[in-house]
Parts: sequence; C-alpha cells; structure tokens
Amino acid sequence: MPKDHGIGAPMKRREDVRFLTGKGRYTDDINLPGQAYAVFVRSQVAHGRIRKIDTAEAEAMPGVLKVFTSADFADKGGVPCGWLVTGRDGQPMREPKHPILAEGKVRYVGDAIAAVVAETPEQARDAAEAVIVDIEELPAVIDMKAALAEGAPLVHDDLGSNLCYDWGFVEENRAAVDEAFAKADHVTTLELVNNRLVPNAMEPRCAVGDYNVATGDHTLYTTSQNPHVIRLLMGAFVLSIPEHKLRVVAPDVGGGFGSKIFHYVEEAFVTQAAKVLGRPVKWTATRSEAFMTDAHGRDHVTRIELALSKDGEFQAIRTETHANMGAYLSTFAPSIPTWLHGTLMAGNYRTPLIYVNVKAVFTNTVPVDAYRGAGRPEATYQLERVIDKAARELGIDPIEIRRKNFIKPDQFPYQTPVAVVYDTGNYDATMDKLIEIADIAGFEKRREESAKRGLLRGLGVNCYIEACGIAPSNLVGQLGARAGLYESATVRVNATGGLVVMTGSHSHGQGHETSFAQVVADMIGIPEDMVEIVHGDTANTPMGMGTYGSRSLAVGGSAIVRATQKIIAKAKKIAAHLLEASEADIELKDGKFSVAGTDRSVAWGDVCLAAYVPHNYPLEEIEPGLEETAFYDPSNFTYPAGAYACEVEVDPETGKVTVCSFAAADDFGNVVNPMIVEGQVHGGLAQGIGQALLEGAVYDENGQLLTGSFMDYAMPRADDLPFFKVDHSCATPCTHNPLGVKGCGEAGAIGSPPAVVNAVIDALQRGGYTHVTHIDMPLTPARVWAAMQR
Amino acid sequence: MYNFDFVKPTTLQDAIAALSRDEAMPLAGGQTLIPSMKQRLAAPSVLVSLTGIPELKGVCRADDGAVCIGAATTHAEIARETAAIYPAIAALAGGIGDPAVRNRGTIGGSLANNDPSACWPAGVLGSGATIVTNTRQIAADDFFQGMFTTALEPGEIITEIRFPVPEAAAYAKFEQPASRFALTGAFVAKFADGVRVAITGASEGGVFRWREAEEALGASFSPEAVDGLSVSADGMIGDLHGTPEYRANLVRVMTRRAVARAQ
Ligand SMILES: Cc1cc2nc3c(=O)[nH]c(=O)nc-3n(C[C@H](O)[C@H](O)[C@H](O)COP(=O)(O)OP(=O)(O)OC[C@H]3O[C@@H](n4cnc5c(N)ncnc54)[C@H](O)[C@@H]3O)c2cc1C
Repeated sequence: MPKDHGIGAPMKRREDVRFLTGKGRYTDDINLPGQAYAVFVRSQVAHGRIRKIDTAEAEAMPGVLKVFTSADFADKGGVPCGWLVTGRDGQPMREPKHPILAEGKVRYVGDAIAAVVAETPEQARDAAEAVIVDIEELPAVIDMKAALAEGAPLVHDDLGSNLCYDWGFVEENRAAVDEAFAKADHVTTLELVNNRLVPNAMEPRCAVGDYNVATGDHTLYTTSQNPHVIRLLMGAFVLSIPEHKLRVVAPDVGGGFGSKIFHYVEEAFVTQAAKVLGRPVKWTATRSEAFMTDAHGRDHVTRIELALSKDGEFQAIRTETHANMGAYLSTFAPSIPTWLHGTLMAGNYRTPLIYVNVKAVFTNTVPVDAYRGAGRPEATYQLERVIDKAARELGIDPIEIRRKNFIKPDQFPYQTPVAVVYDTGNYDATMDKLIEIADIAGFEKRREESAKRGLLRGLGVNCYIEACGIAPSNLVGQLGARAGLYESATVRVNATGGLVVMTGSHSHGQGHETSFAQVVADMIGIPEDMVEIVHGDTANTPMGMGTYGSRSLAVGGSAIVRATQKIIAKAKKIAAHLLEASEADIELKDGKFSVAGTDRSVAWGDVCLAAYVPHNYPLEEIEPGLEETAFYDPSNFTYPAGAYACEVEVDPETGKVTVCSFAAADDFGNVVNPMIVEGQVHGGLAQGIGQALLEGAVYDENGQLLTGSFMDYAMPRADDLPFFKVDHSCATPCTHNPLGVKGCGEAGAIGSPPAVVNAVIDALQRGGYTHVTHIDMPLTPARVWAAMQR
Repeated sequence: MYNFDFVKPTTLQDAIAALSRDEAMPLAGGQTLIPSMKQRLAAPSVLVSLTGIPELKGVCRADDGAVCIGAATTHAEIARETAAIYPAIAALAGGIGDPAVRNRGTIGGSLANNDPSACWPAGVLGSGATIVTNTRQIAADDFFQGMFTTALEPGEIITEIRFPVPEAAAYAKFEQPASRFALTGAFVAKFADGVRVAITGASEGGVFRWREAEEALGASFSPEAVDGLSVSADGMIGDLHGTPEYRANLVRVMTRRAVARAQ
C-alpha cells in the first residue's frame, strides 16, 4: 500500500481542481478598473536602421491614449543580463544594450519598435497598424559561422564583432587534452546541430502594469517564473524603482519551461506606461507574438571528438560549439552554453580529460536562453551520440561501452575534470533497471516482428546526468552570476494551528502547492489540508529566486524544511512550558507534543494558540507568535541521473519514425510525491521526443521565421508518443540537502533526445543503411528519407 | 480582426443577394477564413454564413447512383453519412484535421479554398465529381486551376458536389507533421471505364491527375503496377517539410498504398 499522505505519498495535485475546472487565475484574467491596452509595433525585418517613426496618424485614432517610442524611455535603462561570462582571453563578454523599444536599429523580426496604448485592444491594434515606420533594411546575419566571418554585417555596431565570447573550459587542460588525442588508439568525431526550439507554453506571456498616483506604488502582474528576480532587475536596472515601491505578482502561470524566467521588455513597458498615463496598462501576447518574441531554446552547432583506447575506454573529450545568443542577451543566456553545459561534459563517465570551447554569437534572431534542461540537454545529446557512434566504430555493445566507463558507486563523491563534484549516484543500478523495464532482451524478437511488416526497428540507449538544485551562491558568483541562487521560505503558523508557507519558489505546473504541503505536514504530523502554500507575490513572500533548473524542491523545499524546523524548535519550547517539562524531553509525533516516557501531551493546536494568546507562556524567554523564515543556500548542485531506452520503427519508404516504446530509469534521490514525479518525467519525455522528431525553429536567410505558427512548427501530440515506462526506484539520496532530493523537472527532456536519435540510427544501420551515422534533429520523415538515399 | 457585418440567410436566394454587397464573402465552417481574418490577412466587410441554409446541407443519393453532398455539410457529417455508400470519401473526411475542425469545416469551403495540401481536392478530382454552383455545373477536371485558384467566379457559390461511386477507391494521406494536412495524398478510384489517380500536397500547381499511374493501373489495378513508375521532382513543392524529390517519392508510395487499400 502506498502511503496516503506525507512524504512519499502519490497525492493528487490540489491545484488541479482549479486548473481543470477553469478556476485558475492567470495574468490575463486580471482586469483593473480603467485598464488600457498595449499593442506593440514590431519589426517585420530582421535587421534595419530606423529612419523615422511617424506616430501622428496613429495618435489621432479613436481611443488612442499615447504612442510610445524609444524617445519616451530616454532616461531608462536597458533590460539587463544576469550573467557575465569571461572569455579565454580574460576579457568580459560583449554585452549590448537591450532597450525597451528599439533605439536606432531593429535586430530581429519581432523587435519592438513602438507601442500603442488605447482604450480597447482593437483600437490599439488598429492604431499600431497606422504607425509608419521607415526602415532602411540591412543585410541580416542568421547563420552563426557566417556571422563570425570577416566583414559580416554587425548586429551591434558598437560592439565591433558578432562574437559575444569565446570560452574555454577547462583552459588549463587544453594541452593535455590535445596530447591525449594525439596518442589515442581511436578518435570518434561527430558534427551535430542541437535544434532551435520555440518554448510554446500553453499560456502566452501577459503583463499588466498599475500605478498608484497617491502612494507612488507600482504593481506589475506578469507571467513569470520568478517575480522577485523581475522586481530586482526591472526596479534596479531599468526603471529605477526601489523594491519597496514595486510589487511584482506572478499569479497562476500556464507553463514556462524556462521562457518565463527572463525579464522581458514588455514588463518594463507596461509598468512605465501605467505611470505615464495614470492608468493600468495590459499587454497580452498573441500566439504569433509568442513564436516571434519568447526567448527560444538550444540552437547549438557542435563538433565533438572522443578519444578512446581500442577496448573502448574513454580517454579524452574535445568539443567546439557555436551557441546562438540571438540579437540581444536574454537574462541568463550567456550561462547556458557555458556553466550549464561545459560542466556536464563528463556525463556518467570517468573520462579524465575534457576541453570544451564555446563561441557565443549574436545573430538577427530572437534571443536564445534557457529552455527545459538549458545547456544540459545539449551536453547530454552530443556526449551520448558520440559514445554511440564510437561503440559502433569499435564494435562494442552500446550498453557495455557505457558500463565500462561508468563512475562506480564506490567512487563518490566524484570530482570530474569539469569542476563539479558529484555527491552520489549508482549508474549501474539505473542501467540494470532500464534493461529490465525496457525488456531489452526481447528486442530482437520485436525487431523481427517489425521486419515482417516492412519496418526497420531500432533500439537506442543512453544515460544522462544533470546538475540541478541551482545553485551554491558563492560558487556561481565566481562563475559570473550577478545574483545569489538561494531560496527562501516563511512559515506562518496561525493561532488555531493551520499554516501558511510563503515560498520564494514559483509554481507554474510543477505542483508545489501539493508537494511542499506534504513536506510540512509530514514534519509536524498533521493533515496536508492544514498547510497552505503561497507563492508568486513579492508583497507576501520573502525574497526568493524562483523556479527553474529543477531547483524548487531541492533548494526551495530545503528552505521550507529549515523554517519548519525553527517552528518546531520554538513550539517545543512552548510545549515544554505548558507541560512543565524540560525542552529536551519533548517529542513531536502525529501533531502532538509529549513528554518522553510519560502519557502527558499537548496538541499542536494548543501550542499554536498559546503562542498567540500568551497567557500561560514563557514571555521572559521567548517572544509570542509562531512564524519563522529561512534562507537556504545549497552547498553543491544535485545530480539526478539515469538511463533511457527508446525503440522506434522507421518506414523505409517514407522515412517516418514511430516511437514504439520509451523507458526511463531515473535516480532522483528521495521522492516526495511519486505521482507528480512521474508526471514531470512524462512531460519531459514528450518535450524531448518532440525535439528529436518534430520541433525546430527555422529562420530563412533574411531572418523571417518560417515556423511562426503551429501550422509549420510541429509540437508533439498524444498520438506521437507511446505509453512511457518510468521508474525511480534506484534512489541514491542527495547527501547535502535535508530532504535528500535531487530534482526531476528536466530529466525527461535532457535524457530523451539522444535515445530517440540513437534508436533511429540503429534501425537504419540494422536495416542495411550503414552509411547513415548521424541525422540532425528534428528527424522528420523527409530528413530520414533523404539520409537513406545517399 | 477588423469589423464586419454578419448575415445568416436561410435560403440560397437570400445568400446570393447578400453576397452581391461590396466585399462580401461566404462563410462556411470558418476553419480557414476566420484564422486569416484574425491575422488581418482577409478583411471582408460582410460575412454571409452558409450554415443556416437547409438546401446546402446533407448527403443524398441521386437517381444515377451518384452521392450528392451539400456544400455546407461538415466533414464529420460526411464521414458518418457516406461510410456505407462511399467509404473512401468517408475515410478521407474522417482523416481531416481534428474533431473540432471536422465538426465545423465543410466540403464546400475546402473546395472553394483549394489549398494545395487539402484532402478534398484529391477526393473530388480522383472521383471525377461534379461541382454544382448556383449558376452551373463544373467538372472536377475544370474546377481546380492551381494553388488557391478555382473556376469559381466572384459571388458564385458551391451548392453541391456529386460523386459518381467507383467500383473501388481509397485515399492514402501522408501527414505534414505540424499541420497534419496532406504533405502528399493520393486518391485512387477504379471505374468500369478506367482508373483515376489524383494527387494533392505535392505539386506547385495544386491537385493533379497522375496520368501515367492511371494508365498502368487501368491495365492492372494492383499495387505492383505502380512500382516501376516514377515521378519527376520538377514542379513539386519544396519547403521545410520536404524537398521536391521527397514529395515525388511520396506520390508513388502513397499511390501504391491507396491501391493496396482499395483492393
Ligand atoms: C487545425 C486544422 C487542420 C486542418 N486539417 C485539414 C486536413 O487535414 N485536410 C484538409 O483538407 N483540410 C484541413 N483543414 C481545413 C479544413 O478542412 C477547412 O474546413 C477547409 O479548409 C475550409 O472549410 P470551411 O468550411 O471551414 O470554410 P471557410 O473557412 O468558412 O471558408 C473558406 C473559403 O471558402 C469560401 N467558401 C466557403 N464555402 C463556400 C461555398 N459553398 N462556395 C463558395 N465559396 C465558399 C469562403 O468564402 C472562404 O474564402 C484544417 C483546418 C484546420 C484549422
């Protein structure tokens, strides 16, 4: 029998009641009295010089309150970048200004040039069409290598180059790595593209700005994964509003996948426009705007080399990656291809020498930033693809070559050659589990059965590791982060015993309201419905860093544990007083404080009441009330890991790939709510399979987004996916956070693309298409068919 | 969307009168027209709904055995109503879009739009159907005149489609992964006097008849009859979902599969 509540229980998500019955309250559901509407005039060309913006006609149109251009923001800052990467030459990255509205130049299709605010959305849209923008179109740079060529048009003239940075990691290892390659028995090389993705959260972005003329208070309601970060960035760097005069609220948010971490210009715009006009101002993205302006993900072009001994021992890895930054630096963009990518290149293996080179490049495309996995999928994909290719070249079974190189259970903590220390793991165990749940032994029989139907069946296996629980603040500070990455919680106990937990994390699909409540309820021994989780409002939550990087339970949950521990410690003091016993003898179990070894006890609720009605209370020793705050700063990342297997059928006549089965054996450490964990894995797998087979943002050579709608951008649908077999029983709990948890939000999206591609290559190889050693994602029918023809 | 007037007549006559107004357009299921209006790519001043006109709706059987489908009949209704009498077009209709699209979108709207990737043009041309309008009857061979272009005059509306029922027929559609329209689709129909093969999704000229295959299948209506044939990639659509060569390949593969299905 599974537990029915507390840590480890597969409790149904409490938030689903409101989400499934249409009772969620999203940003676009917020309508303030007197609210006006903003529509942006966006660039239709990828690169151009703005000669003139004529707003006269638009300004005269019915309902128009004002047409804004960059001139209205002359005294405001640009949207800042939150991470400074230093190049191999010791120089800081090139960092352009990202103005709220374009200044002088437009740099991608969708770049905001002007904005109309009117009484109704329709009036604003009509007037936006009437704004006349005279643009001198300039040649656009879309391809990263072309952008770095001599004489290429410059995205930012003042930077003098389209190279943002050229980063080497670990630079000191470079010579040793080169030497290992020179001496290696075998070198496997693979060039690949990690395809650019459009995040496509179900809820498009939305922002409502409000200003109270009497008090000078600003409020921004926004679709954000981290309202405190938005408040800090926008207040301090863009609009010069101190935190105490700025409240940021991120209510229910319909999915983010990273794209709602970043501070976007529209947020600053509505906040400032509300002040200028003395009216609340709302902007809601259309789906087309979401495609054009939400920060995209991935977009790496990589060459990876693996040096091996002849019996398949990994000796060294060398990579060169071009990473697309787009036209401006989005909030965390520089960190994704560097610290979230290079540090994972050891994977689950003992490779002693690794060198990673990354060139980040500006192009005339929408900015690229974190997307579910953020850097770690890119690392995993290239590593697990090159291992597969090497295994084939050396004639070694792909599972065996991985096992041979695994970091073994007795080697933890394990210092990798790429800076991080894995605290714990057991990669053989997850591989054994995978072999069992994927029924690898039965593959050959299934392959024969597929062959009878004229289809080529293939099996792809891979491992992954990720660094989650982002992140130790002092460490990331050294690496260039311009923020701390702790998390916070305030636990407020009410007089009659119910609790409100105010977390700095933010839930936008992860189910925090359910699993966080399970943690607190379990610690005190009370039912979950006595615990309310509050998040998303800077006015009532402590300064927190938000939700991304599978950090919420590992970091935010740890802060909640710490705050709850403080609550329990104080409550024990009160209980000791009430029971006239020594504090050391007080035990808390099932919501009752008792004196050890006696039958004397006092209920949780009575202790809480005493704290707020302190008639019989040790006032000379402790304060009344029962409310505690904790900030938790992790001492290391967490390292979820696992092994995935995918089986596909390829139709040799059309190139169409069907995913027949997918199995995932994950080590997430301890699990608070197994049902939520499974759901997270399912969603991640769907996204990873989507990346592998369907999704891909494509710009033409002029910078027009060809995949600007769902008619051309293929999202995975239920019938594209098999039933998933998922398992998380091989748990090696995290050693350095109080819950022993590692995080599960991104694993599926990180581990699955190489499994799918490995499976397709396997199918083609077994089917006699031995010249096909790689196909770039997405593996559309047309691409697979074309690869087979050569 | 821009502002527009909306009328919903209950007779064909009233509809035609309403369509004579400036910049008036018929609205059937709205599955194509409404999205383009939302994007402000279409801006009719009057929308004349055809969905309230009983004579434009439903499926019946003519004296000569032809299956007659009212232009404003939805894909979903066609899928239901023709399942027993012309299963190949029932299957075609049932494979369009998703349930929401099938329960709004109509055969008349699809034909008037003549999207080069739409399914109905293949079913209609492959069946050698007749398109009946408020003024005349147009043979399928004369109706489709290239991508998004038809023989319809301004203000002319499709009222009915008459399908002769073949001895055997089938539609094989290879879906474009994103839109799930036909990346290439083949409709084959075997009549007493010959075989018709219509291909959608592949050609820059829109739906077309593959005469070579018709001939080969006329001699022997079997999947193998298609094997030796090939289609030139010249004039095939090339886009991010497939090269002209890929589509040329699909023409053969889908035709073969349609024939196999029709056996
Ligand atoms: C998500 C999605 C998926 C789809 N998938 C497919 C698919 O797989 N295969 C496929 O074939 N189609 C597909 N479609 C298109 C669908 O079949 C539409 O129904 C069709 O294209 C238009 O039909 P409608 O009734 O909606 O026409 P409307 O959108 O109402 O009208 C389309 C055009 O035809 C004109 N018109 C309408 N009726 C008449 C008439 N009787 N006489 C003259 N002109 C008329 C209108 O003025 C307009 O110009 C899909 C559409 C969507 C939105």
